[in-house]
Amino acid sequence: MEKTMSNAPATAAPPAPSTLAASPRAAVQPTPRERFQSLMRTVGMLPVLILLAAGFGILAEGFFTAQNLSIVAQQASINIVLAAGMTFVILTAGIDLSVGAILAAAAVVSVMSSTLPGGGILGIVAGLAVGLAFGLVNGSLVAFAKLPPFIVTLGALTAVRGMARLLGDDQTVFNPDLPFAFIGNDNLLGVPWLVWIAGAVIAASWFILRRTVLGLHIYSVGSNPEAARLSGIKVWKVLLFVYAMSGLLAGLGAVMTSARLLAANGLQLGQSYELDAIAAVILGGTSFVGGVGSILGTLIGALIIAVLTNGLVLLGVSDIWQYIIKGLVIIGAVALDRYRQSGART
Amino acid sequence: MPTDLATDHTRRPVLEMRGISKTFPGVRALRDVSLTLYPGEVHSLMGENGAGKSTLMKILSGAYTADEGGEIRIDGQPVVIDGPLSSKALGVAVIYQELTLCASLTVAENIYLGRELRSGGRIDRHGMEAGCAGILERLGASFGPRTLVSDLSIAERQLVEIARAIHADARILVMDEPTTPLSSRETDRLFELIRQLRADGLAIVYVSHRMAEIYELSDRVSVLRDGSYVGTLDRDALSAEALVQMMVGRDLSGFYKKDHKPYEPGAVVMAVRDMNDGRRVRGCSFDLHAGEVLGIAGLVGAGRTELARLIFGADERAGGELVVDGAPVRLKTPLDAIRAGVVYLTEDRKGRGLFLDMSVRDNINVCACSDDARTGGVLNLAKARDRAAAAIRDLAIRVPNSRVNVGALSGGNQQKVLLSRLLEIKPRVLILDEPTRGVDIGAKAEIYRIINDLANRGVGVIVISSELPEVVGTADRVLVMREGELVGELGGYSGAPITQEAIIELATGANPQTLPRAA
Repeated sequence: MEKTMSNAPATAAPPAPSTLAASPRAAVQPTPRERFQSLMRTVGMLPVLILLAAGFGILAEGFFTAQNLSIVAQQASINIVLAAGMTFVILTAGIDLSVGAILAAAAVVSVMSSTLPGGGILGIVAGLAVGLAFGLVNGSLVAFAKLPPFIVTLGALTAVRGMARLLGDDQTVFNPDLPFAFIGNDNLLGVPWLVWIAGAVIAASWFILRRTVLGLHIYSVGSNPEAARLSGIKVWKVLLFVYAMSGLLAGLGAVMTSARLLAANGLQLGQSYELDAIAAVILGGTSFVGGVGSILGTLIGALIIAVLTNGLVLLGVSDIWQYIIKGLVIIGAVALDRYRQSGART
Repeated sequence: MPTDLATDHTRRPVLEMRGISKTFPGVRALRDVSLTLYPGEVHSLMGENGAGKSTLMKILSGAYTADEGGEIRIDGQPVVIDGPLSSKALGVAVIYQELTLCASLTVAENIYLGRELRSGGRIDRHGMEAGCAGILERLGASFGPRTLVSDLSIAERQLVEIARAIHADARILVMDEPTTPLSSRETDRLFELIRQLRADGLAIVYVSHRMAEIYELSDRVSVLRDGSYVGTLDRDALSAEALVQMMVGRDLSGFYKKDHKPYEPGAVVMAVRDMNDGRRVRGCSFDLHAGEVLGIAGLVGAGRTELARLIFGADERAGGELVVDGAPVRLKTPLDAIRAGVVYLTEDRKGRGLFLDMSVRDNINVCACSDDARTGGVLNLAKARDRAAAAIRDLAIRVPNSRVNVGALSGGNQQKVLLSRLLEIKPRVLILDEPTRGVDIGAKAEIYRIINDLANRGVGVIVISSELPEVVGTADRVLVMREGELVGELGGYSGAPITQEAIIELATGANPQTLPRAA
């Protein structure tokens, strides 16, 4: 699980990775302590996930059953998809607050169009298209009008929510015979479709970020936008892409949600999903100022949130306390991460 | 000259640092270093980048804590410096290369930052403004305490930093390469101020790479090399040979590597016609030949960087044409210039050049990777690795491996990483803006070698530099800029020899006093 941009294996970390420190001498052998710190940086939040899972495994009966783990994975899957899109955006030092609202609008359109002649594919395509379209609008405002991402997507959060209600006539839209309901409820080779989709999104995102020119450019723009421009990178293209990607994945999340519920409500669906997605990205060690982070970290972050939610339910913790504990764990985990990284730096 | 004061050892030192060591994981940054400082002296600290000057000063300022075993005494009393606050309380003030003012606050608010005056629970702006007006006047500031820092030039901001230090009753003032961003006239003014502070009894630690400044200012010079203390020279014993020897431990004769071949330029590779931005660059036209090193000299603020950025498409033009290899370039963005084979090395390495939290490998490959990508924009990782390895070898970049973050490197190595990114584009024209700023002496020599190699291979190289010896030492031909215009040519076929005096004459104009102040 990489936490930094470099593809460095754990043992080859630089000594004293600080811009303030004296220049590192070449060919210094890392000490055992440095090796450990470097390993910690590489695995990121994985230990937190393992500890949480182990804790719930001991405390909560039935946590480690195949059925429960499958439920956890399904619950995590939609947030994983949204958080993957959010990772692209945050890597460019942006933010997308509108994914929950986009998900609602796309779900309403998806369910409504699934009832039209043309069947299931139309519903899926419509959901994805609505998400992509909203993402492109966000991206254009950020890339061309050069408006701050927070403002653009905060506006979109409200405006798109309103459109979601408008599209569904402020009613819950149903389709009990939803042609793509299998996505939400069936398995493929014993694994839920939702989990396959989330896995595929993570794999594709990893490939784009780590193995393509576009991915390198995304990190570059996040790390230093002016240097990126002077390097001949089309910054507008990168920004347009990341918001479009976030929108498209919100559309995919909409298809997954509506396949599960066979219904969509413009007012309620996707409320505060953006916050869970952002939490997953931050838990995964991606820097809010851009340029540093990884999609595998995001995966772990989303799993931590899902395990925590599921475990607390199994333990019978009340809804109110679930909120409080989840919030504190997010802050605590990130604080731990900061402490660990600053320890590695001095 | 208060030289006698500084070297009179019956006088009590204001600061003694003895046996200071500092270890970072895997790096011994300082090893048993000592430094003694007397009131009323300018004590210069020299050494290559990475020699430990900054680390030593950060220990003094409380940014780092020294390893066990060393001792710091102020006025003869042992003290513990465990943070910036305790350092300040002991009368130490540091003026860093990167200034630390809040740009959106006024001068007075910055001077009082952290020690604001209050009256009845509210901030007392009038009291603060009155309290620092005197200091500003004494320092010869041309601005008042209510000016916003964002409206000040870099030289003026430096003055605010100094005023802040004096206002806090600092007795030890550390200045880390303060002249780097200044024009030569601003530098003169700063030196005047430093002498005034010295006469007032302040002890000044002056960190610099520039030999001329060291000569002009220092009462004593201490040299560090590879984290160890090498020695201290008194003013009378100063010589360039001795200092260079102490700093690098090797002989650097023939430092500027320019081949003194006859001037035989190739065809015109780039023609710049009537370039202007309507403000700071006005109607600049010149030709650049293949295989020539063209120096562009001028005071800071003369428009050299602005001209380069116009040629590179980084800023909006008000007019002008760029012709590369006979074909006009449709110049809208830097990408257009890069495609035409024109690349630009920025003067602001960290701010506009490098991706500091990305690896050396990615920094080197970020431009060239598009060209060798496979279908669909998939990176060619093997090629990227080989390219980084080759660049590290060819440019002698000192790194453990290419996956190290570039932010962890010294200035010289960072500059070489940035340069190799540009070289991988295989440019026809290379514009280097202050290529050796903040770079140690060894890396400097290597950058000169690279410039020379490129020119020999037929690349047209432009070197913009504020260091006159650098311009004189590297360029075949020099254009001098003043107030946004090209005002003269030296070398080449012009018949006028390239000398520092000739450049200064052109750069300052006939009567320097009438020139507007450089920004």
